Amino acid sequence: MDFTTFLIQILNAMQYGLLLFLVASGLTLVFGIMGIINLAHGSFYMIGAYLAFALTSMTGNLMLSIALGIPLAFAFGALLEWLLFSHLYKRDHLEQVLLTYGLILIFEELRSLTMGDDVHGVDIPAMFSASIPLSDTLSYPVYRLLISVVCLALAAGLWWLMQRTRLGMMIRAGSHDRDMVQALGIDINMLYRTVFALGVALAALAGMLAAPISSVYPGMGGSVLIISFVIVVIGGIGSVWGALVAALLIGFADTFGKVLVPEFAGLAVYLVMALVLLWRPEGIFRKG
Amino acid sequence: MNKQKGRNTLRTMAGIVGLAFGVLVPFGAVQAAEKIKVGLMLPYTGTFAALGTAITNGFKQYVAEQGGNLAGREVEYFVVDDESDPAKATENANKLVKRDQVDVLVGTVHSGVALGMAKVARDNKTLMIIPNAGADDLTGPLCAPNVFRTSFTNWQPGFAMGKVAAERGHKTAVTLTWKYAAGEEAVNGFTGGFEAGGGKVLKQLTLPFPGVEFQALLTEIASLKPEAVYVFFAGGGAVKFVKDYDAAGLKASIPLYSSGFLTDGTLAAMGGSGEGLLTALHYADGLDNAKDKSFRDSYSTTYKMQPDVYAVQGYDAAQLLKAGLDAVKDGKLEQGAMIKAMAAATVDSPRGAFTLSKAHNPVQDIYLRKAEGQENKVVSIAAPKLADPARGCRM
Repeated sequence: MDFTTFLIQILNAMQYGLLLFLVASGLTLVFGIMGIINLAHGSFYMIGAYLAFALTSMTGNLMLSIALGIPLAFAFGALLEWLLFSHLYKRDHLEQVLLTYGLILIFEELRSLTMGDDVHGVDIPAMFSASIPLSDTLSYPVYRLLISVVCLALAAGLWWLMQRTRLGMMIRAGSHDRDMVQALGIDINMLYRTVFALGVALAALAGMLAAPISSVYPGMGGSVLIISFVIVVIGGIGSVWGALVAALLIGFADTFGKVLVPEFAGLAVYLVMALVLLWRPEGIFRKG
Repeated sequence: MNKQKGRNTLRTMAGIVGLAFGVLVPFGAVQAAEKIKVGLMLPYTGTFAALGTAITNGFKQYVAEQGGNLAGREVEYFVVDDESDPAKATENANKLVKRDQVDVLVGTVHSGVALGMAKVARDNKTLMIIPNAGADDLTGPLCAPNVFRTSFTNWQPGFAMGKVAAERGHKTAVTLTWKYAAGEEAVNGFTGGFEAGGGKVLKQLTLPFPGVEFQALLTEIASLKPEAVYVFFAGGGAVKFVKDYDAAGLKASIPLYSSGFLTDGTLAAMGGSGEGLLTALHYADGLDNAKDKSFRDSYSTTYKMQPDVYAVQGYDAAQLLKAGLDAVKDGKLEQGAMIKAMAAATVDSPRGAFTLSKAHNPVQDIYLRKAEGQENKVVSIAAPKLADPARGCRM
């Protein structure tokens, strides 16, 4: 591997890592902070991608579709929380697994009934469809760089929300002691509904942003579910910065795993996970 | 008196029994000769649902063209959704073979499931026709007299593509596929064809199935600077790969070749990125033969959609079965005679007539196709009458 290629691979790794952070960020809220084992996280990602496809076919503009899609996903999340998840907080993890696994099956079947089983593509918006030449044979799509920028902004925004706002303070307090927060006169049900809806909206946003580069296909949710859990767990459950660092780490492991040890590329990510958990069983950034 | 009554009873009994023999038995015998029980074990849900449906449609279209029967026999269908789940393959195949006592198993799409089915078919000596699954092993080390295939081996389009790549003057190539059996078989085919034509495969790249993060490997390809790239992908992965290959600027500098599955049913989703891609497959759009034209016309009238390669393979499975049934006209379904007739048959397929190899896989023309709009237009015959080498088949 020459030096230019090495630098490009580093760029690939960072870009992939940031994309993974975007995909996992919703789970950081729902699993990391609210403590719900949400196996349907991948389904929300898939719903976002199909939403982008459907809305873009109607409006012809991905940016407009995303602007429409985020409030839709947020409302959908709030509805689901009210209907189903609000009954789960006091129950054990097995029941959460059962419910969210059931949701995967329901969402997949609904997707099949309404949208069919074909593979779809979403066009990259014209203004971002250019590529920047990196070497004489390889160039880099602008849209991928744009996604990286969005991910960084999102990470900063989430951190600010959790650490620097009153809402974030209430969420953090609520995750430590639900009853005490309620006793202090805060509407904990509304608070949790907001956090859950935010988590769903983030997962859907990830799906919408990724749709043009990943294409839209049946079962796409399953492809991001495991990796999202890996990132949240090794980042330290509930930590936004932890998830970001973990996502970048996984990005590097996956990229260089594929190039340097192709025979074991499938293992690279899990090897990193095992090593991190041996070193810090509670994840990289878990506090107290 | 008693004696008389006894005799009467006896006579009545004899009459009833005689009646029973006279009416029921021949009736039963005729029925047995007339019916053929067909077990369709295909995916009707999940990722491959559309393929299972197309195969079923193609099969039933041929039966309809024959007046609703095959060689004068009524066709009775037993249908199982295999869900493309290899873990359920044996159980599902056993249901059809043991419970429903089907005369012939038709299936399936997923190679892992087909391997399980073929084992059941071999163990129970049930006739089996594979209308898609391309695993080389099915007509290789695991071949059997009672197992037939009307589709392809993964090796076939790969080999034809490698031959064409070499003929087009490329000296070096890099291959890329998911690390799974179908991909590795296709890449072996390509490497065989390409290196026989004087080319050299610099590196065989893989990534874990069904991963779709190609960026690192595209960078690797760009740094290796081969004269050609061969890939084996299908479905969502195919769409993403072609778009990424284009966005990385590689499409303009390094020609991309593939087995036809890359661009079958995926061109719309690829947008413009798929335009002009060259692929090899045993079927194409715009074939110049009357059979294909009439097949397409009646298929699109009946099912209100265009047929694809899967529908052709299903149609040919029914044709092959009829060839077997022709050999046992009106009589018992004697399997030995059927197998002999099927192995010797020339199937008048919409893809162009084909015969079967000793291992019961089609000996067929593999076409070179070019993606134009939504179609994979035939360019030329990449490899005429190409037979799979059937390595490991002792038959």
